[in-house]
Amino acid sequence: MASHRVRPKTAGTYVRRGIVLTYLFLLVVWPVSLIAQHTFGNGFGNLHTALTDPAVTSALRLTIYVSIWAVAINTVFGVGISLLLTRYTFPGRSILSALIDLPLSVSPVVVGLALLLAYGGTNGLFGPALNSAGFQVAFATPGIVLATTFVSLPLVIRELVPVLTEIGTDQEQAARSLGAGPWQTFRRITLPSIRWALVYGVVLSLARSLGEFGAVKIIGGNIAQQTQTATLVVEQKYQDFEQPTAYATSFLLALIAVAALVVVTVLRPKENPDGD
Amino acid sequence: MGIEIRGINKNFGDFVALEDITLSVPTGQLTALLGPSGGGKSTLLRIIAGLESSDSGTIEIEGVDTTNVPAQKRNVGFVFQHYAAFKHMTVEKNIAFGLEIRKRPKDEIKERVQELLKLVHLEQWSHRLPSQLSGGQRQRMALARALAIQPTVLLLDEPFGALDAKVRKELRDWLRRLHDEMHVTTVFVTHDQEEALEVSDSLVIINEGRIEQIGTPDDLYDRPASDFVLSFLGPVTMLGDRMIRPHDIEISPYEQAAIVSGKITRWTRVGFEIRLEVTPDDVLHPNPVHVVLTRTEATALGIHEGDQVWLRPQVGADQVTS
Repeated sequence: MASHRVRPKTAGTYVRRGIVLTYLFLLVVWPVSLIAQHTFGNGFGNLHTALTDPAVTSALRLTIYVSIWAVAINTVFGVGISLLLTRYTFPGRSILSALIDLPLSVSPVVVGLALLLAYGGTNGLFGPALNSAGFQVAFATPGIVLATTFVSLPLVIRELVPVLTEIGTDQEQAARSLGAGPWQTFRRITLPSIRWALVYGVVLSLARSLGEFGAVKIIGGNIAQQTQTATLVVEQKYQDFEQPTAYATSFLLALIAVAALVVVTVLRPKENPDGD
Repeated sequence: MGIEIRGINKNFGDFVALEDITLSVPTGQLTALLGPSGGGKSTLLRIIAGLESSDSGTIEIEGVDTTNVPAQKRNVGFVFQHYAAFKHMTVEKNIAFGLEIRKRPKDEIKERVQELLKLVHLEQWSHRLPSQLSGGQRQRMALARALAIQPTVLLLDEPFGALDAKVRKELRDWLRRLHDEMHVTTVFVTHDQEEALEVSDSLVIINEGRIEQIGTPDDLYDRPASDFVLSFLGPVTMLGDRMIRPHDIEISPYEQAAIVSGKITRWTRVGFEIRLEVTPDDVLHPNPVHVVLTRTEATALGIHEGDQVWLRPQVGADQVTS
């Protein structure tokens, strides 16, 4: 365990801190705080206007609904894929591992287009078949969920894989030898060990899902009060000279994401209980 | 009865880990699998536990064919070199794990855990997390956890390998006493010949995936079947054309009927022991002979570095002609 050495503070220490703080301030804190400032420029008026606008409320509802689905799907498949990557060897494993980063590197607009090509109602590859079965994907909520799930796919996995690799398989094998089946081993041994990585991955996925823009715009079609998510409503309000509403909605979006991160940071155990 | 291993083969790709292993481990005995690292002994232990599968061959535990039984149904206690403690559970919970999985009544679990805590001397530590224990304590906890399920056989994979020398020695004595009380069929893997000779009832020497020799520690030490067994169980040196242990050589500063005569060219003192290298006068066999004697013996003989000495095997020494 690393000892906490206190190094003497020199002028260099303050210069380094100054550079980091200025950088973070100019890039993150200041612009984001401007959103808050413009939202509350004249009290709670802007927020009230936004929350009584049916376009905004339905968009917020849709965003939350979509995000919950996307996060739920990514949590289940994220855990599954992470276990597959760390606990099994099979041909094509490294390809799968590389493929998982694809959603992070491909532009969301491209993702939207690709999904439209696959699931579009009239020209898509699967779309017509699904349509005739009464299940509309493109320009409907399922399409938005699909797109959001796609773009936030790697976040849970990228949090879990290093932790699963580090804890190794000893504890799981010990549990097996003591009579635990695969599910019992997962629930009682693996899951508690990866719990915080999982929570962090879920929060990052949630933040990413709330903020998705390009992919949902294309696959959803940006139809007001139907497939218009919160980010899309911000853009529209901004362009329609309803800036105060745009600021207020942006503020709410940022608030949810920041709140989730803060809750996790507060809950996460401070000490590092690695039993080595 | 006990464990019957028949015709086990295991390859990892091109690497032959185990080749046609047939071995029977008697009930209630403490058997050591001894051999150099990478010789296949851990693989064999993991195959017995079901943590690894063999390519061919069968495993029978107490008369039941377990070759295709999954690990969790073999009722085998397994202790890992690096403890494999459940880090998020207290000592008590770690030990109770196997019993909780078996859905035993709460009272019974509690009673059994208390019993085991006492057995491994961890009563005061029952509510600690593994990270708050020392290595030796963690390994005792792991042993209690394995014993909790009343295993048919207890398997230990280099159980003291990660501990320092003093704790190792303590745990070794303690394991022997524990085994004398419990009489559970135990197999443990080690690469430390001293550990194996001291603790086990019977020894199995494994090298390069094959069994070299099976027997009691005395058998193997006194009657090694091969150079490998002789040299693995302790230091050896060449005296003329024979392999012999350095402490079995009689050294004399006076001319006597000897196999080798030469000068003492190296003198190392380690505690009570003196390790010598004698370079033979015979230029055709110039490799130095190693001799070990106690400091008291060396003083009594009055020998020093650079002296001319005569070497021959002591009466009753074990030798292997090469």
